[in-house]
Amino acid sequence: MAAEMHHSHFSIWFYIGALLTLYGALILGAGIWQISHPPAGVVLQHLHAGIWWGGFLLAAGLIYLAAFRPRRS
Amino acid sequence: MTMTLAMALPARLINLNPVDWAIIAIYFMATLGLGFYLKRFAETGEDFFLAGRQMTAWVAGLSFLAANLSSLELMGWAASSYEYGILTTHWYWIGAVPAMLFLGVVMMPFYYISKTHSVPGYLQLRYGEPTRMLSAVCFAIMTVLVSGVNMYAMALVMKIMLGWNISFSIWISAITVAIYVALGGLRSAIFNEVLQFMLIWAGAIVISVLGLIDVGGWGGLVARIHAEFPGQDYTHLWRGLGSFTTNPMGVHWTGIVFGLGMISSFGYWTTDFLVVQRVLAAKDLRSAKMAPIIAAGFKLFVPFIVVVPGLLGLVVLPYHLVGETQAAATGAFSYNEVLPLMLARYCGPGLLGLGITALIAGFMSGMAGNVSAFATVWTYDLYRPMIERRAARRGQLRPAAAAAAAEMPGTGDIVGFSGTVPEPPRSDRHYVSMGRWSTVVGVLVSIGTAYFVMQFASIMDYVQALFSFFIAPLFGTVILGMMWKRTTSAGGFWGLLAGTCTSVSMWLAIKYHPAALAYVALSSHAKAMAADLYQALWSGLICVLVTVLVSLMTSPRPEAELTGLVYGCTLLPDEGEMRLYQRPWFWAAIVFTALFIGNLILW
Repeated sequence: MAAEMHHSHFSIWFYIGALLTLYGALILGAGIWQISHPPAGVVLQHLHAGIWWGGFLLAAGLIYLAAFRPRRS
Repeated sequence: MTMTLAMALPARLINLNPVDWAIIAIYFMATLGLGFYLKRFAETGEDFFLAGRQMTAWVAGLSFLAANLSSLELMGWAASSYEYGILTTHWYWIGAVPAMLFLGVVMMPFYYISKTHSVPGYLQLRYGEPTRMLSAVCFAIMTVLVSGVNMYAMALVMKIMLGWNISFSIWISAITVAIYVALGGLRSAIFNEVLQFMLIWAGAIVISVLGLIDVGGWGGLVARIHAEFPGQDYTHLWRGLGSFTTNPMGVHWTGIVFGLGMISSFGYWTTDFLVVQRVLAAKDLRSAKMAPIIAAGFKLFVPFIVVVPGLLGLVVLPYHLVGETQAAATGAFSYNEVLPLMLARYCGPGLLGLGITALIAGFMSGMAGNVSAFATVWTYDLYRPMIERRAARRGQLRPAAAAAAAEMPGTGDIVGFSGTVPEPPRSDRHYVSMGRWSTVVGVLVSIGTAYFVMQFASIMDYVQALFSFFIAPLFGTVILGMMWKRTTSAGGFWGLLAGTCTSVSMWLAIKYHPAALAYVALSSHAKAMAADLYQALWSGLICVLVTVLVSLMTSPRPEAELTGLVYGCTLLPDEGEMRLYQRPWFWAAIVFTALFIGNLILW
């Protein structure tokens, strides 16, 4: 499937993986920071959605990066 | 949405942290970076306008869906869900999925085999120049106007949510879209739409998940809605549609099934070039057939990020939202603010930035869809025929071209030169350049429209209505042309014109004599939402009727000229040896079954 998604050595999925990884890291970091600095007015803050969703995006991004990394043809 | 609304509400709903700003800034850099990188792959007309016809089924399918998933679509339908309940799901399910499956399984072979570059292009091959011109002019004008209206509405939302200056929002978003579409053409638009599709889901799904946890799951949500709104049916798809008076939307099931499910949705999803262009870029026929089916599969789940937040807003928000007129008068929040309010309720720093990015991504995907479709229709369906006509008048005909023309379907209709074709007086590179410039001009006209709308807010409703006038009857024209070889050029043209005029007449009648709604929708209890559905139904039927009658009174084209364009005159390519799970109809059947089960569950 990886090769199928490539066009002229460019994979949009790899690009998306890079963006998700970056976003995941930022949101995870913000979520961890909010443990000690909880934002005002946010409902269900005790669930720490930023941590699990940031972690999920980070993991998904890394999987995409690995699966669609540029390979030598 | 009016300027008074913007002035009545608080300065901003949401305050962003540095991490939110970083997420938004990264998004803008990512979209621009993609455009600059992909410029190298947009050298020829085929590259620029059809992405080289190299898109896989997944890329074309997700882009097909994302071009429709604009932020106004997200916020508008979340608002409607708050106002009318789960009935809005019909616009995602019966109002989209069957039409998308029909496009993939039945219509795509004809679009793809004809090698047309656009829907007006198909109409030219099938019906000739007048029908193409009528279609292309209406589409080009409406596309840039609607793009401008959406741009203004989005900027207004950004002002209300974040306190951004309206001009700042308009220009920063428009310039970004203009750069990446003008540089990379349709390939850049499509790849960015796939990126935007992922971000829309990543940013919006959090609201629904956290909201459902908040109310104790789907069962808890339904129980609370029933408890807080006794006697009103906000949670059933079909149960209340037996009468205009037993559902919050004031519609009847005939309007939903025939007006929405059979005319409006088929008109939009199978003939609106804004979405069809994405599928035409597929790398082969199987991918072109699979792309709308993949999109239909995802479409089934879009209500989870649009309708569910609206329903959640009914029970978790500490105040009741009101219509825009009342909101402007009282300073209360309007229905249109339900999605941003839910975002602010559940999302802290980081997630908030992702949610805002999802809305901006939605806006840009919709706008890029509009301008890339405009650039193609302008260049290929308006500018090129004009150049060719001028060249023909000057006698720039190459005799050798006549032989080649005889082998091309429909070329006999071009500018009235039967059996010959004018030599293209411009190079492919010239048309690519024209595509780039028309992208920029399209964006500038959109910006101008946005500022025009700012002065005359009511023009928004008119422009949106104008767009709908043309879409419903167009399906009748295209499907009769594809399925009935007896349909003639005159039939296609007059049918399309009659359907459009019918739609305009009914809209004017209801606008200036609201009592006319009772006749259009066949009930004095019908509400405004029902008007659109019955308008589409009647205009579609009139289009079909006139097309059939005029066709029967005029001479059909020889069957040899209809090869590749019409069912019965076209040998569809064999799909070859494929496993069951590789066949498009197999996946279409699965998606249709899922649609059926979903309707039964929420009956």
